[in-house]
Amino acid sequence: MRILRGIPGFVVRRLLLGVLTLWVASLVIFAATQALPGDAARSILGRNATPESLADLRQQLGLNRPVVEQYTDWIGGVLTGDFGTSLAAALPVTEVIGERIEYSAFLMLIAAIVSIPLAVLIGAVSARRRDGPFDHTMSIITLALAALPEFVVGIAFVVVLATTVFHVFPAVTLIDPGVGPWHYPKELVLPTLTLVIAVTPYIARIMRASMVEILESDYVEMARLKGLSERLVLWRHAVPNGIAPTFQVIAINLAFLAGGIVVVEYVFNYPGIGAGFVDAVRSRDMPVVQALSLLIAAIYVVLNLLADVATILVSPRLRTSLK
Amino acid sequence: MSDLAVAVPGHAGRHRPWLLLLAGTWRQGRTKIGLAIVLVLVGTALVGPFFAPYAPDEPVVVDEVFAFPFDPPSDAAKLGTDDIGRDVLSRFLWGGRSVLALSALATLLGVAIGLPVGLFAAYSRGLLDDVLMRGMDVILAFPQLVLALVAVATVGPQIWLLVLAVGITTAPRVARVVRGAAVEVVERDFVRAAESLGEPRRRILAGEILPNITSPLVVEATLRFTFSIAVIAALSFLGFGLQPPAADWGLMINENRQGLEVQPWGVVLPIAAIGLLTIGTSLVGDGLSRASIGIERGSGER
Repeated sequence: MRILRGIPGFVVRRLLLGVLTLWVASLVIFAATQALPGDAARSILGRNATPESLADLRQQLGLNRPVVEQYTDWIGGVLTGDFGTSLAAALPVTEVIGERIEYSAFLMLIAAIVSIPLAVLIGAVSARRRDGPFDHTMSIITLALAALPEFVVGIAFVVVLATTVFHVFPAVTLIDPGVGPWHYPKELVLPTLTLVIAVTPYIARIMRASMVEILESDYVEMARLKGLSERLVLWRHAVPNGIAPTFQVIAINLAFLAGGIVVVEYVFNYPGIGAGFVDAVRSRDMPVVQALSLLIAAIYVVLNLLADVATILVSPRLRTSLK
Repeated sequence: MSDLAVAVPGHAGRHRPWLLLLAGTWRQGRTKIGLAIVLVLVGTALVGPFFAPYAPDEPVVVDEVFAFPFDPPSDAAKLGTDDIGRDVLSRFLWGGRSVLALSALATLLGVAIGLPVGLFAAYSRGLLDDVLMRGMDVILAFPQLVLALVAVATVGPQIWLLVLAVGITTAPRVARVVRGAAVEVVERDFVRAAESLGEPRRRILAGEILPNITSPLVVEATLRFTFSIAVIAALSFLGFGLQPPAADWGLMINENRQGLEVQPWGVVLPIAAIGLLTIGTSLVGDGLSRASIGIERGSGER
């Protein structure tokens, strides 16, 4: 194990753990879709299905084969980029979800670009003005907003900004297929806002806690004693160090965005993987359900991995302890 | 046996943390606000049906004619009608029970599974600890809603399945917190003392360790209840919870969405109720967690 030392070693070990987690996650998904009580073919076709159509579907789904063989077939396909055939669309799963991934990635990206700096700002200023009116107000607001389910926030936006009170933004996203989501800035506003409200409070609260600790530390005191302005102390010295401990929380929250988009995309009829997932659940399109849930787990694993590596890279203390 | 137990340090204050926690929690202004909100909504859900002018699935009839869908408020329907001409107010008053009952059950199930796993992992340490907690980590790789939806896709929208799915996905989160708190307690002298007295493991877990982790457990359970409400309500909003013609806040929102332009009440009432409920429980949870930090600092346990 001599080779696995230092930062490369840490990354390799984290990578292996990530792969292991994903593999077990694939087992969980497979077990949930295959081993749960009930006959998948019957639940897809309903009670009035004829024995012949049931047998046909079982054949098509491969339900007649041993469970282990079904799993190895599925995971073998996944590893070669073949997620099977969508039952609802009769097309390869990759074709069904390909464009949706693009749409969701874009939505998540702008939500992250808006919410991370906003959360850092709120957290830093709250910590700087600790126990002042801004801090107290933000504490209550972030607590309340963090508690709200995303669909409540989304529908509230629809009521206030799209239908009942004002008509500023469209309530649903009507997007022509094949056109990038960036061509529809007005349609993107409400879904983005909803996602921003879903994640900003968590990051802001952890940023505040981290900053409170750092603002009391010796080197911040040192910087103050050097005669640096309070603004410079905060943004040059404290904030860069305060962000590192929040990476984990940012990663978890970005991964949570991947789950949050399920409801948010459904509310706004936004054609991404979230709305696709709900459609697939409704139509019992199991290959699509399996592919998308594995994708969401993969997003979580990758983001956590990146957060761990980023934390190591920016914290001098942790970096040297690995050598 | 009990004589011996009293002599063991740590036992004297066994029941005190509870009272301290509750007293400290009550002292916070936000707890009172949160509790008031929760009580009003739970009261509405429990007692509301007795005051509902109509049965939940009964159409509104005016002069022997069925009311229109999405009728604005009138004398016959104080807050208007819903998507198929039923009374919005009555359906709102009937629709809170399911959300509350299902999320409470799911949270209880999550605690019932997560608590023993966390305790057991903390007490056994070593390989078993690693295996148990890594296994729990895998479930954490899925947002709760996603795993619940996978189960719904396989089995279909069943009420017991929602409770089971939300409960099972709550468990690892509870287990993590319990393990984190219990790991420190396991090292203490009174646990060693109980071990040397030959107390069975089950007794040590339930009698020695559990009473010393009540604060973090209660805080976590309250937090989990908030999330359970969010997930259960989201599932029924998506149409995978109670099925029509049931009256349910989440379902109501989806049924009445198309009528927002003309008759917003069928959406606004349940949205406000679910939103306030989660805010209320999270205010109570925040009060509890602030109080429990105070207790831990005050008793010098860290």
